[in-house]
Amino acid sequence: MTIELALFYLLSAVTVGCAVMVIASRNPVHSVLFLILAFFNSAGLFLLLGAEFLAMILVVVYVGAVAVLFLFVVMMLDVNFRRLREGARLYWPIGALVGVILLAELILVTGGWAFAGGFETAAPIPSDPSITNTEALGRVIYTDYVYLFQTAGVILLVAIIGAIMLTLRPRGTLRRQDIAEQVHRRPQDTVELRKVDTGAGV
Amino acid sequence: MQGYLAEYLPILIFIAIAAGLSLVMIVASMLTARQRPDSEKLSPYECGFEPFEDARGRFDVRYYLVAILFIIFDLEVAFLFPWAISLGTIGVFGFWSMMFFLFVLTIGFLYEWKKGALEWD
Repeated sequence: MTIELALFYLLSAVTVGCAVMVIASRNPVHSVLFLILAFFNSAGLFLLLGAEFLAMILVVVYVGAVAVLFLFVVMMLDVNFRRLREGARLYWPIGALVGVILLAELILVTGGWAFAGGFETAAPIPSDPSITNTEALGRVIYTDYVYLFQTAGVILLVAIIGAIMLTLRPRGTLRRQDIAEQVHRRPQDTVELRKVDTGAGV
Repeated sequence: MQGYLAEYLPILIFIAIAAGLSLVMIVASMLTARQRPDSEKLSPYECGFEPFEDARGRFDVRYYLVAILFIIFDLEVAFLFPWAISLGTIGVFGFWSMMFFLFVLTIGFLYEWKKGALEWD
């Protein structure tokens, strides 16, 4: 138990530290690298909670795809970050005001929030050690939650179409190989024989 | 320790050794090597002459299209893992549920293919 507790404190401390560094580091590439480290530590926290599948998906999807996309965007974007920060000193009173208002709203919302009476705190369902985490998920996702599952599929379809609609600009410079056209090409259409006099041009 | 966490002990040991080894390398080189910091040593260089421009340049948006499409199909594959494990218990309905999911995404894939998003000119 103590090892778990120590690991929890280690992982959560590194996660919070990395999250701070994501917004505090000057180089945006370093920010993304800290974000990746934060993802890894969150995956470790998921493992401690017993959510093995979520931990692995976090590593595969977020670290493997999302963070790489972020890194890609940040490395390739032609943004002068120093020029972006130039106006920051001018606007900090407004920014501070907005921040204070948001903080006050958050305190008001969460401060007035209380459990309605008559509820018992729900105890977490003890995990069944006879089946793995992934199998337990698989038993319910595709049957009990079939509508949500199909909705996820439709959302992914919308994402595919949206990404293509937004970014694809055909340039018309693409040259595809059309085998049927190649086979149907006849010599009399394309090759011309001309008699050229000696010393004269074509 | 919980039963399944013990299975992750090798990974923990691996991470500890990796972190320790990299720490030893950095600290040892800091302690033993001669330190002569110079701003020129940290500045970017291009084979002898001053760098012409910033390393960041505008990039073709289609790189991002490929990356986004990769994320989408990555998520699709993520749904396949629990399905493959629990296929024996979820029965015919679970099987066809996944088949419909794959069908919907195949429509997207065909759209992408026919639209020419996978072409690179």
